[in-house]
Amino acid sequence: MKIPKELMGQILFDTEGGVFQKRFLQGNEAAAEGVLAAGARFFAGYPITPSTEIAEILSERLPRIKGAFIQMEDEIASIGAVLGASLAGSKALTATSGPGFSLMQELIGYSGMTQIPCVIVNVMRSGPSTGMPTSPAQGDVMQAIWGTHGDHPVVVVAPATVSEMYYLAIWCVNISERLRIPVIFLPDEVVGHMRELLLIPPTELIRIENRGKPTVPPEDFHPFKIEGNAVTAMPAMGEGYRYNVTGLVHDQDGFPTNDPGRAGELNTFLVNKVLSRADDLAFAEEIATDDAEEIIISYGSTARSAERAVRLLGGTGRKIGIFRIITLHPFPIKQLQRLAKQCNRFLLVEMNLGQMTTTVRSIIGLDVDLRVINKANGLPIAPSEIISVLENWHPHPVLQQQGCVNHE
Amino acid sequence: MNDQMQSEIATAPSLGLQSQDYFRQNRLPHIWCPGCGNGIVLRAITKALEMLALDRNNVAAVAGIGCSSRSAGYLDLNTVHTAHGRALPFATGIKVANPKLTVIVMSGDGDATAIGGNHFIQAARRNLDLTLIIFNNNIYGMTSGQYSPLTPRGAFATTASYGTVETPFDICKLAIAAGATYVARGTTYQARQLPKLIANAITNKGFSVVEAVCACPTHYGKLNKKSSPVSLLMEQRDKAISAKDAQLMTPEQLTGKYLTGELYNENRKEYSDAYTHLFERVHETK
Repeated sequence: MKIPKELMGQILFDTEGGVFQKRFLQGNEAAAEGVLAAGARFFAGYPITPSTEIAEILSERLPRIKGAFIQMEDEIASIGAVLGASLAGSKALTATSGPGFSLMQELIGYSGMTQIPCVIVNVMRSGPSTGMPTSPAQGDVMQAIWGTHGDHPVVVVAPATVSEMYYLAIWCVNISERLRIPVIFLPDEVVGHMRELLLIPPTELIRIENRGKPTVPPEDFHPFKIEGNAVTAMPAMGEGYRYNVTGLVHDQDGFPTNDPGRAGELNTFLVNKVLSRADDLAFAEEIATDDAEEIIISYGSTARSAERAVRLLGGTGRKIGIFRIITLHPFPIKQLQRLAKQCNRFLLVEMNLGQMTTTVRSIIGLDVDLRVINKANGLPIAPSEIISVLENWHPHPVLQQQGCVNHE
Repeated sequence: MNDQMQSEIATAPSLGLQSQDYFRQNRLPHIWCPGCGNGIVLRAITKALEMLALDRNNVAAVAGIGCSSRSAGYLDLNTVHTAHGRALPFATGIKVANPKLTVIVMSGDGDATAIGGNHFIQAARRNLDLTLIIFNNNIYGMTSGQYSPLTPRGAFATTASYGTVETPFDICKLAIAAGATYVARGTTYQARQLPKLIANAITNKGFSVVEAVCACPTHYGKLNKKSSPVSLLMEQRDKAISAKDAQLMTPEQLTGKYLTGELYNENRKEYSDAYTHLFERVHETK
């Protein structure tokens, strides 16, 4: 699996030149390394399986580079502290899992409304409620996109490999700084806990983005001025720009207003900050889709099973491609639309009970044959399960010879 | 402006800022009802800033949600109007990320001790250098008069139609027990004492709590047949006993009263100092 070139261009200046350091790391460890490489210097969190390693590693690493780690009393306090630190000028993040992520929702909306950059890592476990803390799931997809109340901006990113836990973590920090929004980094437990080879680039190759700083004196600075879709500068506290921040609808200087004109303008602007830049944000990896007659749509660890299934079916002569979603929001609509014109059989595979079905169906249209594999029992989806569905859809004698059977 | 205030301003320190300079004058008048005590507390905060000659650029004022939490927006500082109950977590992030900032937190009794109750005791335990000023009006004002953890037993509220059957907190005792290193209580009746308590709280290197007892005639008063602002101020006069005077009084004499003034002051290692020492111990030498 590979990060598409255009996306990699937002993470590294160049993929060659300099010595890449080989590391054998766990996904959560790689994410911790990634955010540090991106310049994150503040972490606040609360222990929760299966994300705890991120907090543990950052508690050890941050003080050594004059960053700050603080274990808060709960997840609400954690994201509150993250937003405070971000206002004070730090690149800040928290890491959690489903129950904690639910608690954070109100302040994720606050981050969107007040345009305070932050990254929230949610290593997805089986739910709802306490569910099965050590078992994987992809059940938080809809919550990650729509969890907080009101219309709001958010970018949701789903890594599939340890390497992506590192590189996409850098990207998440970059996007949050670039757009002044909350970015949700959404690995599932399998990706968070698996160990793989990671090539860590030399620091000079890493593209680091920082929030803009004002170029005008304080008296001419309007922190929440709306001009098209432009993102305004964000001075840190203590830099001489004393402004007000509120979760209430606010005017260009950050003071509360009930003006419907401004409210509509602000809400539209906040959402459009992301949607108007979908071309720079919405990515999917396409594997063998060029002449594919069947396409598996998946993301996270589930996409790995899809890749394995396709490899096992390699000798059968079937033309199966994979559309691996990297950005769950904004969704890579244009890419999938293009594929829907050339291919009319899609199989959507996800570790939940169908959270992406409506989105995918709305993009590919009603004339296309869409089938799904949904599973929410705490077990990953095995390649054999994917093969089994493909087999029954379009049986092929070679499959039986290779001994691929449905284990369920 | 009375003579006392005039003379206080005249002796303001060299930075030259007077208490009104800490206000965003163009945001006034405030939204509070006639007779509300919040303005007296807010004025005391700006007076304390004047007394300490603090540079506005280096002060952050963080508030939660509620009537009193609107205070932040009126101050010409780095101001944050956060979510209900969450002022202290935001303030914690600000202070830990930049310990050079003076961070003042403004919260109501419901904001600080109900929805934000856990953050309150945890912040006290950590002893991070924050100053929390709790505007205690014994009721939820913004939502029109529901009972709070500070509503006295038997008092009426829109959600306590027959009088509340709950026992209120003593904010100061709670703060002391949880580990705050400076704890004081003042009232809006004793308006001249309040700036001094707040200034001392800001000066204390550690977590400081000042409970400012203030009246809500519109909701608490109306529901409890004390809708005259004066009657609520008189009640403060009658119930407030200075900690010093209280030492000479019997428990019977103190029934139904509350103590005012400095109630606790302890010197204990402050959080960001402790964290800075940690830097020195583990800092990577490259």
